[in-house]
Amino acid sequence: MSSTRRRFAGLAVATFALATAASAARAATELTVYTALEADQLKAYQQAFEKANPDVKIRWVRDSTGIVTAKLLAEKANPQADVVMGLAATSLMLLDEEGLLLPYAPKGLEKVKPTMRDPADPPKWVGMDVWSSAFCFNTVEAGKRGLKAPTSWADLVDPAYKGQITMPNPASSGTGFLMVSAWLQMMGEEKGWAYMDALHQNIAAYTHSGSKPCRQAGAGEYVIGLSFEYRANKTKKDGAPIEVILPKEGLGWDMEAIGIVKTTKKLEAAKKLADWAVSEEANRLYAQNFAIVALPGIASKLEHVKGDVEAMLIKNDFAWAAANRDRILAEWSKRYDGKSEPRS
Amino acid sequence: MVEALRRQERAAELSPAATGAVDAAPPHLRIRGLTKRFGKFTALDRIDLEVRRGEFVAFLGPSGCGKTTLLRAICGLDPPSEGTVEQDGCDVTALPVSARDFGIVFQSYALFPNLTIRANVGYGLAATGRPKAEIARRVDELLELVGLADQADKYPAQLSGGQQQRVALARALALRPGLLLLDEPLSALDARVRARLRGEIRDLQRRLGITTIMVTHDQEEALTMADRIVVMNRGRIEQVGTPDEVYARPATAFVADFIGKMNFLPGRLLAPDRVEVEGAELLFEPPLDFGPGALVTVCLRPEDVVVREVDRRPANRLTAEVGVMEFIGNHFQTTLHVPGTGLDISADLSINAVRDLGIRPGRTIPICLPPDRLRVFPEPPRPS
Amino acid sequence: MAAASRPLATPAPVAEPAVRRVRQALSRDDLLMRAGLGLLALWLALTVVLPLRALLEKAFEGPDGNFVGLANFETYLASPALSTSLTNSLLIASLSTVICVALAFGYAWALGRTCMPAKRLFEAIAAVPILAPSLLPAIALVYLFGNQGFARWALFGHSIYGPIGIVIGEVFWTFPHALIIVTTALSTADARLYEAAASLKASRARIFWTVTLPGARYGLVSASFVVFTLVITDFGVPKVIGGSFDVLAVDVYKQVVGQQNFRMGAVIGLVLLVPALLSFAVDRFARRRQSALLTSRAVPLEPKPDPLVDRIALLFCSLVAVAILVILGTAIFASFATFWPYDLRPSFKNYDFDNMDGGGWESYRNSLEMAGLTALFGTVIVFTGAWLVEKTRRFEAVRGIVQLTALLPLAIPGLVMGLGYIFFFVEPDNPFHFLYGSMAILVICTIAHFYSVAHLTAVTALKQLDPEFESVSASLKVPLWRTFLKVTVPVCLPAILAIALYFFVNAMTTVSAVVFLYSPRTQLASIAVLNMDDAGDIAPAAAMAVLIFATSATVRLLYGLATRRLLARTQAWRRR
Repeated sequence: MSSTRRRFAGLAVATFALATAASAARAATELTVYTALEADQLKAYQQAFEKANPDVKIRWVRDSTGIVTAKLLAEKANPQADVVMGLAATSLMLLDEEGLLLPYAPKGLEKVKPTMRDPADPPKWVGMDVWSSAFCFNTVEAGKRGLKAPTSWADLVDPAYKGQITMPNPASSGTGFLMVSAWLQMMGEEKGWAYMDALHQNIAAYTHSGSKPCRQAGAGEYVIGLSFEYRANKTKKDGAPIEVILPKEGLGWDMEAIGIVKTTKKLEAAKKLADWAVSEEANRLYAQNFAIVALPGIASKLEHVKGDVEAMLIKNDFAWAAANRDRILAEWSKRYDGKSEPRS
Repeated sequence: MVEALRRQERAAELSPAATGAVDAAPPHLRIRGLTKRFGKFTALDRIDLEVRRGEFVAFLGPSGCGKTTLLRAICGLDPPSEGTVEQDGCDVTALPVSARDFGIVFQSYALFPNLTIRANVGYGLAATGRPKAEIARRVDELLELVGLADQADKYPAQLSGGQQQRVALARALALRPGLLLLDEPLSALDARVRARLRGEIRDLQRRLGITTIMVTHDQEEALTMADRIVVMNRGRIEQVGTPDEVYARPATAFVADFIGKMNFLPGRLLAPDRVEVEGAELLFEPPLDFGPGALVTVCLRPEDVVVREVDRRPANRLTAEVGVMEFIGNHFQTTLHVPGTGLDISADLSINAVRDLGIRPGRTIPICLPPDRLRVFPEPPRPS
Repeated sequence: MAAASRPLATPAPVAEPAVRRVRQALSRDDLLMRAGLGLLALWLALTVVLPLRALLEKAFEGPDGNFVGLANFETYLASPALSTSLTNSLLIASLSTVICVALAFGYAWALGRTCMPAKRLFEAIAAVPILAPSLLPAIALVYLFGNQGFARWALFGHSIYGPIGIVIGEVFWTFPHALIIVTTALSTADARLYEAAASLKASRARIFWTVTLPGARYGLVSASFVVFTLVITDFGVPKVIGGSFDVLAVDVYKQVVGQQNFRMGAVIGLVLLVPALLSFAVDRFARRRQSALLTSRAVPLEPKPDPLVDRIALLFCSLVAVAILVILGTAIFASFATFWPYDLRPSFKNYDFDNMDGGGWESYRNSLEMAGLTALFGTVIVFTGAWLVEKTRRFEAVRGIVQLTALLPLAIPGLVMGLGYIFFFVEPDNPFHFLYGSMAILVICTIAHFYSVAHLTAVTALKQLDPEFESVSASLKVPLWRTFLKVTVPVCLPAILAIALYFFVNAMTTVSAVVFLYSPRTQLASIAVLNMDDAGDIAPAAAMAVLIFATSATVRLLYGLATRRLLARTQAWRRR
């Protein structure tokens, strides 16, 4: 009979073990880091950081900008994240408004370009790199259809491109939002919306992620994908017959930034990550993906992106963008939601 | 093995059934007021019964009469709603099955299909934790007992139905239970195997002297195998008696009808020992103690109709016309009509008698319906 | 009269005291089994009932967690997006159902009622979609009919992104489900009816309309509802290929994942529960009627050769089979193409998951682990549970409750189940909150999601055993668990393996429930497909889908081999 009991007990223990095994904490401090960085970037950052700080392990929660932002706002009563890293500065400003971020001056902050940090002292967030909009233009498909390469935002509303352009949905994608924000700032609200109305006529689909338009252009699914320079560069490197085009009026852009969540119970580890994020080592890693990074003098050139990205960035009023984000997105959804890809 | 067998045989010799000391011994099983209800349906209605040590009792009745329910109530597989079951003087009514002392053979045998014959028979022994050698010895003994020593390593599906039945029997006997229960043990077999196994089971039971209860719907099985038969109908016991008694002296019209063939004749009582049937007046014994004029059913077995030396019989002599005769094999079946009355009696006539007396359809012959063979029941005949 | 007073009958008992009700004492077996059943009831309450309740509560809850009645539903009904999504969903589900059931009927009819060749092969091909995640056909369709698709001409200028793509994808992956049901329905035909009809000189067409179709009608109804529910609650296919064509299932996902609006998600989840519950009820009813059609004296129908009909059947099945293989083949081909559509040389570049969104190879390893654990624990829990339900003596109330709860997941779409799980486990007050984000919750949810079919399989296998095994065991004083391990389990091994396979394959391919529950550490392959597609990495998404298919197919093959060997080795007793 005892073996009967053993059997049942065994079953119970096994079930419980199954339940707890996965959730058992590891020896090192585990930081929960919310991020919108590209998956192919995360690995390098994580490896370098964990090598420098073997006692801290990063647990990424990754999704696109809009979703990470929504998640952080939804969890504001009971935040799950310790650090937010690689999220658009506009989003971090929103979080700051909700009082979610801890002021902290990482070691080496003084070297960071003054434009790339929260002006407050100590800052609530510090920029890491700049990412900006770019077109991915499929030359093979364009050739088949006899389409000329667009050189400006204005070119995009040419009816010749009807049904051949995709862009990210600004509600879910930071890349999408920075474009919309740039148009509204460059052209003013009224003209900006008029431009989008016209562009809407040519748009085949609004995608969920900022990468997808470029990927689709690369695969010839559509001729033009409005995306960002990192993805454009990489897609071309992967062998896609595309040309990376920087629209001549100026580039929409945003910063990827890092901030510590106020409620974190792992402050020491969180500070280590913040310190690392402004280090030269980290900036060199950023530079492999982005032309403009937080530390001066490290800027690199992306192989396939022709033109001076830094010079082409528009004057971007982040405070305005953050403050008007909700209003802009609501207006955008009202006007164009019909062509959105599922999920936003 | 022989040792153990002898032990069992000695026990058999000492058992009351073997020694004939039937009435002196206390009953092995005593059942009182056993009732089983399924919702509003009463499957067993206040059953009282005693079974003696070493006795072979058959529960006989049509399907749905409650015989299997009674068996399962006795061993606790489906405990009764009310009443008591005593085994060896102990009240076992509320004991769980595993705490009781019985072995059981089901209609399906319920042999474990993935275990060898040896493992099947030794199944209960293996769980007792006895030494392997001892278990093996006992299993060999049991297989020898049922004549399957050479089949030990086969699987049940490789045996014939009859062999499977014996494996089930050996398995049920493995733990030397005080009580053996057989639930329709032969009904899954074909007629010839059934006839042979009847004898074998009966012999085995006698040799081991184990108290046995068998459930069957087959009257022939009950009559040939049992020491006593419990005839059941609609959740009640109609009669308990030896095969002879049940056959010859059915206690109720139901028993009379259920066991053997029977003429059912509507009658009216004229006197305690005299009845009027379809215009004929017949004597019967023993006399009944209810009043003249009562409507009764008169029963007579076809083979009890006397046609030889009728003039030497004192009572109930009649003249009858022979109707159509059917040759059944070892006898003739015929209908006898008594002129001047409405009496039609079906009769079984031996081939001898037919030949000696020259009985042919259409002839008129003298017959006698022996008074001690007439069974009179105080109830109108049931449609049969 | 009771116990007639014949000499040998026992005398009536002397005035017994008031009638005593018998209460049989519980044996150790009884106690153990009841305890086991109690545990099972607790398990089912925790993994099925309470999450469902959490979902219900959430749908009627205001922003502050207070009860607001139907307010959330009113908000939802007021939004114009609903009517679009609802109409779209109904349209898609109806179209898919009609097409899928019609194809399945033709296929099943050809397999069961004609003498066409290569039936085994066609059966095998028809089972292919079950082994793939529903995202696979959707991705394959992009390659087939997308703007660069090699069969784009077949759409005559229509876009695959939208209803056309969704319907084709849904028909592909629901086809085996419908086929199984319709095949069963057709196999219950009574040959005597056909002989009678033929002897009345009815034409083949007339026989078809008056005998075949009515005979299978319950099967058709049942299949229709099952397909309808699968389609209306699936979000994998519309997510990938739906373009801007909104459907309810995707709305749930948008609300919950995209906007973190749990209450709206719960409301739409409940809306989805309606067709599922309806389908469940109809299916139960239809199955009962269907089985009643087959009397015990029915003669199984043996098809007779007919060159013309057999050839038509072969042609039809070939078309369907080719369609299935083309979709699967396209996904495989695309996954190996270096850079679709410009460089079709084969390479493993797309299998370099570690540099893609979606969790990399780890997600595949996670999926294997999840599927393995689900198969292991699911099989143990389900089979032991079914045995307890079937074999525990009396204890009717608990047995009834467990039996009912075990069937409940059949009526709950995975999406709804997953929602219930987050609502239930995300609460910090829940003592099981620690499971949130773990591998365990994925395993537990997947077991619960697929509990019913596994349970029914186990019950069917157990019902085929001699009901007296346990009686014999008790009479021989052998503890029941011993008989369970030594007899019940070995004899039911084929069914047990089938249950394990069912759990494994479903755990590999499922998206709907787990999409709400995975965490970065527990990324799954099927979800990686979704995320890679989202990021525009379609070829790697195809590669991962193909990998999932290959894994399921391999396990399915291993299962086939294992069963055969096991049957040969341990089940020698089956041979005569």
